[in-house]
Amino acid sequence: MERLLKIDRRIIFVFVAAAVTIPLLIKFDLPVIATKEVRGIYDKIDSLSEGSHVLIAFDYDPASKEELQPMAVALLHHCFKNNIKVIGMTLNPGGTGLADSAITEVGKEYGRKYKEDYVFLGYKTGVELVMINMGENIYSAFPKDFKGNTTTDMPALKDVQSLQDFDFVVDLASGSSIEAWIAFGKEKYNFDLGAGCTAVIGPDMYPFLQSKQIEGLMSGLKGAAEYETLINRKSSAVAGMSPQSVVHVLVVFFVIFGNTLYFMTRRKK
Amino acid sequence: MNFFKRTIPLIIAFIMGIMMAFQYYVPHEASQSLLKVVTRWGITIAGFAVFIGAYSLFHLHWNKIKRKVPGWGYSNFVFFGAGITIIFGLYNGGEFFLHDKQEGTMFDWMYFNVQVPAGATMFSILAFFMASAAYRTFRARTSEATILLVAAIIVMLGRVPVGALIWEFLPPIADWIMSVPNMAAKRGILIGVSIGAIATSLRIIFGIERAYLGGGD
Repeated sequence: MERLLKIDRRIIFVFVAAAVTIPLLIKFDLPVIATKEVRGIYDKIDSLSEGSHVLIAFDYDPASKEELQPMAVALLHHCFKNNIKVIGMTLNPGGTGLADSAITEVGKEYGRKYKEDYVFLGYKTGVELVMINMGENIYSAFPKDFKGNTTTDMPALKDVQSLQDFDFVVDLASGSSIEAWIAFGKEKYNFDLGAGCTAVIGPDMYPFLQSKQIEGLMSGLKGAAEYETLINRKSSAVAGMSPQSVVHVLVVFFVIFGNTLYFMTRRKK
Repeated sequence: MNFFKRTIPLIIAFIMGIMMAFQYYVPHEASQSLLKVVTRWGITIAGFAVFIGAYSLFHLHWNKIKRKVPGWGYSNFVFFGAGITIIFGLYNGGEFFLHDKQEGTMFDWMYFNVQVPAGATMFSILAFFMASAAYRTFRARTSEATILLVAAIIVMLGRVPVGALIWEFLPPIADWIMSVPNMAAKRGILIGVSIGAIATSLRIIFGIERAYLGGGD
């Protein structure tokens, strides 16, 4: 029994690898039901009229791509489908490529035109300072977009002077930028804010949900899968629910099995 | 020298700290202009952090190579990776760095085919280590640990679609754990951290906290 407790960790790794790969090979669907937190963001975007402005902050880098990129893509599909103008930006230097590819690919799918229907402002250093600067004047913070075009005469930004003029702002974060958006953005310039984050950060966001400082929350791959279900476009996040479910069950099994062995050996001693 | 290294920074911190704290409550045009100027200055200064970060990284790895510390071979990859990325970034698809960023360059190729998969791989390794740690160390040794363990199992199963198939009440119980006990604990931590941040800010403004000035002479 003691030998089982001190099992080589590589054996556990093999079990995890199998739990991830087998459900991907033998595809099976699991019901994904949207929670009220995710529905909060969906309902907000759904309530916006055509031509409204939504700012999406892609504040993540490739390490969090698997969780946050499906969220971004699902959000973009919803916005472009409803003919909403999308303005993208990032406060993470590693996020520019992912943000640019997501916004361009989904925009093209719906036949939307760059500069007219959507724009990617790119990266700016300074986090809180950028938010405050955008709150005062968005053209002061981003005089040019990611491709070097002047932003002042862009049709996609028509009627937008500062953060207050956005109908909805969504921050997709792999770090602490959501708190910064609340403290230095929403509370100071008064706009509606939604958040998407990695599953690890999710629990930290509940106080802001309850105080209604964020309209809704997408947490981890599950949050992205729920959003994909709501927009009726099941993609990589929903596909990822089967391996994630199996791995969770496996980890729970490991915890229970490990504790059973531990108490049995303790009793024996 | 002490005047330039200590007194002047303390005076700047005091004046700017007091000024920006008052600025928040003054909705006058002049106050808004000041905020715009100060934040633009801040953004510019923050940009210089890149050079400090790069210097610090290269200095650390250069010393590792020089002293041949265990694992020094990996430090070569820092120079190799950074060098190639910087070269292709500056080359900018033949347009060089003075022009706007070009699309479909070697820099883009490296981002999507090296950085993106490498980043995702590093993050995914977590799942393996977490499973191993759960098996080896997550023990119900005390009543507090048992409560944590039971809550973790419920949340782990309740937050994935398979949870509802195992027991229909798992997802609502997991939601309750997240929305009530978790939220209360997180709010307590958040209030504590915020009060600490305010206290530290006041200590810096009034020159009590001087660690940011650095040590030595």
